[in-house]
Amino acid sequence: MATSLNDMMQTVPQWSDYIRILPEIVLSLFGMAVMMLDAVMDESKSQKALGAVALIGAFGAIGATLYQAQYPFGYGFWEMVRVDAFSIFFHFIVAAVTAVVILASFEYMEVQRIRAGEYYGLILFGAVGMSLMSSAVELVLIFIALEISSIATYILAGFRRRSATSSESSLKYFLLGSFATAFFLYGVALMFGATGSTSIFAISRSLESGNISLLAYAGLAFMFVGLGFKVAAAPFHVWTPDVYEGAPSPVVAFMSTAPKAAVFAVLLRVIFEINSPVPTRMWLIWIVAALSMTIGNIAALVQNNVKRLLAYSSIAHAGYILVAFAALPSSGIPAAMFYTAAYAAMNVGAFAVISHFGGEGERYVTMEDYAGLGKRSPLLAVTLTIFLLSLIGIPATGGFFAKFYVFSAALQANLVGLVIIGVLNSAIGAYYYLRIIVAMYMHEPKQEAPVAPIPMGAGLALAISVVVTIYLGVIPGRVLNYAQQSVSELTPVGQVVSLQAPHAVEARMATNVKKALAH
Amino acid sequence: MLHLVLFTVFGLICVAGAINLLVQTHPINSALSLVVVMGSLAVEYLLLGAEFVAAVQVIVYAGAIMVLFVFVIMLLNAGAEERSKGSIVALMLGVPGMLVGSILTAWVLVKHSGTQPVALGALPGHPKDIAQLLFHDFLLPFEVTSILVLIAIMGAVVLASRPESIEKTKKEN
Amino acid sequence: MPDNYFARYLPLLIHLVIVGIVACGMVLLSWLIGWRRPTRAKMAPYECGMAPIGDARERFSVKFYLVAMLFILFDVEAVFLYPWAIILRDLKMFGFWEMIVYIDIVLVGFFYIWKKGVLDWGEASMKRGGF
Repeated sequence: MATSLNDMMQTVPQWSDYIRILPEIVLSLFGMAVMMLDAVMDESKSQKALGAVALIGAFGAIGATLYQAQYPFGYGFWEMVRVDAFSIFFHFIVAAVTAVVILASFEYMEVQRIRAGEYYGLILFGAVGMSLMSSAVELVLIFIALEISSIATYILAGFRRRSATSSESSLKYFLLGSFATAFFLYGVALMFGATGSTSIFAISRSLESGNISLLAYAGLAFMFVGLGFKVAAAPFHVWTPDVYEGAPSPVVAFMSTAPKAAVFAVLLRVIFEINSPVPTRMWLIWIVAALSMTIGNIAALVQNNVKRLLAYSSIAHAGYILVAFAALPSSGIPAAMFYTAAYAAMNVGAFAVISHFGGEGERYVTMEDYAGLGKRSPLLAVTLTIFLLSLIGIPATGGFFAKFYVFSAALQANLVGLVIIGVLNSAIGAYYYLRIIVAMYMHEPKQEAPVAPIPMGAGLALAISVVVTIYLGVIPGRVLNYAQQSVSELTPVGQVVSLQAPHAVEARMATNVKKALAH
Repeated sequence: MLHLVLFTVFGLICVAGAINLLVQTHPINSALSLVVVMGSLAVEYLLLGAEFVAAVQVIVYAGAIMVLFVFVIMLLNAGAEERSKGSIVALMLGVPGMLVGSILTAWVLVKHSGTQPVALGALPGHPKDIAQLLFHDFLLPFEVTSILVLIAIMGAVVLASRPESIEKTKKEN
Repeated sequence: MPDNYFARYLPLLIHLVIVGIVACGMVLLSWLIGWRRPTRAKMAPYECGMAPIGDARERFSVKFYLVAMLFILFDVEAVFLYPWAIILRDLKMFGFWEMIVYIDIVLVGFFYIWKKGVLDWGEASMKRGGF
């Protein structure tokens, strides 16, 4: 034992290990650069420069992700992370959302008079956590990554320091969010108790090999509660409207898409790998998906504040994505991945419009303020219309194919009831999205909210979001193919995972337990 | 046998401390009950063979974090809370729900965990075991916690500084 | 590993008991055999220093809290050093570098709070950080 242990300790990470966390390394380095520059530079001059550094960091992460994709897929750092088509897909979403949000924040920060140094740093560090979540295959690492992304967003939600709603948003998000993370952690602990490991593959192997203890179910349920909170799925959604209403709009654009994408990545890995031998997951996800869609859409009907409306809509969209989770892995996984990507594009775009239109102190956020926007700023109105149409799921936008794939995946799995609920909900959803569009083009404003000309950063962010939304709606094939490609790598039901060398930790634990039993 | 007795006693102390924490109206009393909870948890860890975790529990939680709590409460001069009439519905649903939940969890843990009892000291608990896991197998999570520390530092600075200084006053319009 | 795990911690328990006895004994003894001749000066809340005037409820600078919070963060970092020291020999140079990376990342945070003037208690700090 002593010698083998010594040998084991001699192994150090190889070059390939570092490649497998390259996007995270890039994001961390740029985050630290922002942090240090913020501390030494003169405040009045540093704002734009720090934003530029952060932007380079985000694009660097996109580059690193593409570079990663060239390398053969596999594990890094003793089976802590796994780089495959799946993780690269989500890395790309996270990095792209980060870049677009930073672009959209440039002028927002100036208009709101927010000191931006920490803001950019926190966004980059948050992105580190989200990227790690999508590639981690070890529950401990997932937990730490989840904490990184959550704590960064708690703080970001409170950045409008003069506004009481922003502080309220931050505090609420923090209290409820830490509670949810605790649930996740408890689930991990129970899972460890049931299977003796925290590695997703080891857990899945242990569950496949025989009788599944009730403890494992309890662990999964707790983990699902924690993750369900983070994606704002009903009945864990109560925080969403208040938090989204108070937080700065670019931050909402960020936290309604990037962390959600990352958590969906974790959920996909957890549900389709750990849970693969457990078919009873269906009814749980069925209920949560149906509840999220219904509650989100119905509550959104009566909202007058556009941010709140989109908060409820994001609950509904979490429900649509969860429909795919109840489906079969072969069609459900790519459908969920595609939906996440399309939702990221359209929602970031919609919130970019809101953050530009809101003006100083985010004063103009109600339906009445949007009345007549079509005349005053046709360009802004058209872009917002595109995003809203995509959120409805009108053909030729990304939202259409997203819904289409999700529902057809559910039909393949014979979930007719869930599909009916989903389609009915889409119809309800169309009503409140159209209300905004009608207000913009048909209503006369009672008092005109001023519209500043679209600045370059926000304009670029909007352009990227529009292009991606339309691209996904017109040529969805490539993205979908990539998503399908990653299905085989997720190794769902029946596929062989156990060819992997036993996890080092697990092996050592096993010998320890054996010793103890012999004792 | 002595073990079981000690474990039960400290477990009960821990639960009693936690309940007292909720019942007390003065924040200082609650904080001190939390110290009791942390301390008895440390003993529980020790009895389970997790020596390092027990030591860290005392140093970090009972030592540093509780000192911060007490310090903040003292400096804020927070007085006793006023008893508010909590929601009856929450009470009616919450207390039985919590009881049923904990009993169910306990039952699952005892009856259906699917694992055998393990002799004391068999699982890694010694600092050396922890170190092997932390600095080799779990190297990446360990390094990543440093990013978490950075976020916490930035968050503390941002939330503690005055709003006027966070929001630039340069462009008055 | 000794047969009885508990036996290893017996000295600690004995130590705790002795500490308790000594502490209680000191208080008890001074209470029993000590002289008590109260004078006005002795009865004052502080025997030296300023006489306390006014309410204790006043606002304290947020710096107190901030320093305490930052202390915890660096305290957590220090906790990691202990198991690292145990295993350093086995890890060879790699162990050295992994801790250097960790400490350097945390040092970035230290640099940040230093330059932000969080540790600065003088007048100068008001210019930059504004706490």
